[in-house]
Amino acid sequence: MFNNLKILHHQGKQFIPDVTKAEAAGIFRGRPVISKASVNTETLTELCPTSAITTNPVSIDLGRCTFCGECAIQFPEKIRFTKDYKLSSNTRNQLIIEEGIEQPITLDADKIRKEIRRLFHHSLKLRQISAGGDNSCEWELNAVGNVNFDIGRFGIEFVASPRHADGIVITGPITQSMAKPLELCYKAVPDPKIIILAGVDAISGGIFEESHALDRSFLVQYPIDLYVPGNPVHPLTFINGIIQLIGLES
Amino acid sequence: MHAIVIKNYQRIPFSAIPALPYELFVPVILEELMIDDSCHCVNYVGFPHNDKVQLICCIANDKQHTIYVTSTIVTLNATLPSLTAHKLAFHIFERELNEQFGIQYTDHPWLKPVRYSFNRSDLNKTIANYPFYSIESEELHEVGVGPIHAGIIEPGHFRFICNGEQILHLEIQLGYQHRGIESLFVEKKKILQRATLAENIAGDTVIGHASTFARVWESLCETAVSPALQLERTLALEHERIAIHTGDLSAMCTDLAYQLGSSVFGRLRTPIINYFQEWTGNRFAKGLIRPNKTNFTFTKELATRWHEVISKFEPDFIEMYDMLSDLPSALARMEKTGIVNKETAQTIGMVGMAARASGLTRDIRMSHPEGWTTISHQPVIKRHGDVFSRVQIRKEEALQSIQYIRQIIELLPDADKGITEEKDALPDSFVIGLTEGWRGEICHCAITDKTGNLQCYKIKDPSLHNWLALGLAVRNNEISDFPICNKSFDLSYCGNDL
Repeated sequence: MFNNLKILHHQGKQFIPDVTKAEAAGIFRGRPVISKASVNTETLTELCPTSAITTNPVSIDLGRCTFCGECAIQFPEKIRFTKDYKLSSNTRNQLIIEEGIEQPITLDADKIRKEIRRLFHHSLKLRQISAGGDNSCEWELNAVGNVNFDIGRFGIEFVASPRHADGIVITGPITQSMAKPLELCYKAVPDPKIIILAGVDAISGGIFEESHALDRSFLVQYPIDLYVPGNPVHPLTFINGIIQLIGLES
Repeated sequence: MHAIVIKNYQRIPFSAIPALPYELFVPVILEELMIDDSCHCVNYVGFPHNDKVQLICCIANDKQHTIYVTSTIVTLNATLPSLTAHKLAFHIFERELNEQFGIQYTDHPWLKPVRYSFNRSDLNKTIANYPFYSIESEELHEVGVGPIHAGIIEPGHFRFICNGEQILHLEIQLGYQHRGIESLFVEKKKILQRATLAENIAGDTVIGHASTFARVWESLCETAVSPALQLERTLALEHERIAIHTGDLSAMCTDLAYQLGSSVFGRLRTPIINYFQEWTGNRFAKGLIRPNKTNFTFTKELATRWHEVISKFEPDFIEMYDMLSDLPSALARMEKTGIVNKETAQTIGMVGMAARASGLTRDIRMSHPEGWTTISHQPVIKRHGDVFSRVQIRKEEALQSIQYIRQIIELLPDADKGITEEKDALPDSFVIGLTEGWRGEICHCAITDKTGNLQCYKIKDPSLHNWLALGLAVRNNEISDFPICNKSFDLSYCGNDL
């Protein structure tokens, strides 16, 4: 008993009091800012391993970006990654950051389906599906429930069965072998339900985009409610994305 | 000469690998190259050779710190006697050769596809129509789990045959994670793309796989990397080991329903991976390892911060572990559960942490440290091969890694760790690289053609060997003990499926 209390005492207070205002540790690579500085755009676009950078205007698509930071290292005058971890959006276009425009990424409230906030505002149960994920996103989604991030305080929880869920969270580029199980799992979730794509692999295929072993047809058929960029997604990115979606952010 | 003898990460001309007739190839491997238990097969790969296949076999000799490489050329869809009939550890390699090239073996016990790769030779064999092994009996029942599991983990399918609670047989079906990585390595031409691919082979082994790729690539190009850069990579590798071992202890406590251990180890992992974020900008250190260079040099300030982080981590980690290992209810679940004995471990060719828990001294840090670390490593060995042994190994290895990093920080010179010039890969080359990741032996093989283009890239995650161990470990255990058995191995699905 005494030893248990000692252990509890040594933990101190670990939880993050306000997950919307917490500061990410170290040199976290969050939302990039692109300046108007003129650089050799050909070299810049050529550099990106996943073709996330395009020109006219120079922009970075966070749905394709692996956040390797190579562009910011080679072109520090042009690209800078901030520590802003609020990267999620419900529209694909919002994930494209253009040069000279520095503003936070937000959700388009008009495009959030009405039933989401009405039904899931206080309680959201999610079923995670790893469809070819490399296990780093999976580790991070587990971490959102730990004593530091504690997503449970918002009434958000990962559940074991799709029958108990209000939606699915997909990680990974969706392999051929997972295409069918993914669809079966989604269909087993009762209506109304949501789909969240977590991580670069799920959003665009990432570095696996051109692989012959993928089958991403699921994403064409069903509506996506939230895109959460990252490689892997940071727990703070994920939590903030969800609480914005269900309307908990004050 | 029947085989060429090389060191870890040594480049050789591809043409220097002897090509024996298959009738000679088999006895050479079994009788000349695998003379005793210190020799094991680290990779056995097929390489398309005109309209034939060149089978390249790499046997590591742990005592002599060398790797023997030999080969044979056979036709596609050939029917051959197997190596597996003599040494079971070859089973997984021959299953892969069967899947890839349609090679049939006359005496292989089980030619089950390994990963249902998109370019497999027989496209009629699909993951959906696979006939599972079954036993006819009114007293037995089957339990199927997956591919989507109850927790937030990767997909795989487990088919149990049980007598009541008791597991008689477990068949593990993988391949759901297959992303075609080996083909992408050849198709994607930029180094940064390949380094990114290497980081995404298995997200829990970012440093392990990325540093193996980096070293293999540097060897292919014959660029010299500074000792400081190598030490930094070793440091990162050991830090990754601490992070995952701690996270695994948390997950195992979860499966034991020991809430305090689950929470405390879970929170202890956070400062460790947050330290990676301080150093590299990513909690899994994606972005740190690049061939020929580093974008995130390990500075004096980072060394100071590391000491701060660890001085808080270490006493709490030990305190929590002591509590766990003293708790009769936890020990009752872990001791004598999920046993793999040393003989079985040797027979099936287990590697890494799980092999060491079964008493097998197999550790690349000791046996093939060429060009890798200046620290003399003594592997942690346990004898019982049960869940508790694998828990003990995690704790002791995490503490050992802390000691190693302390030493490495002292050794790191202040001198320039600058970028070496990027060169092209040399033509007609073969390189094999072995690294002891936290899970075990990682092996990458690369082959270039006459113009220096990468022609073949083969990746082997330690899980490839150890999945069978899990299947054997759970036999005669209760099905309710499956989660802790599974977690005690913590094998990679994506690392296996590629």
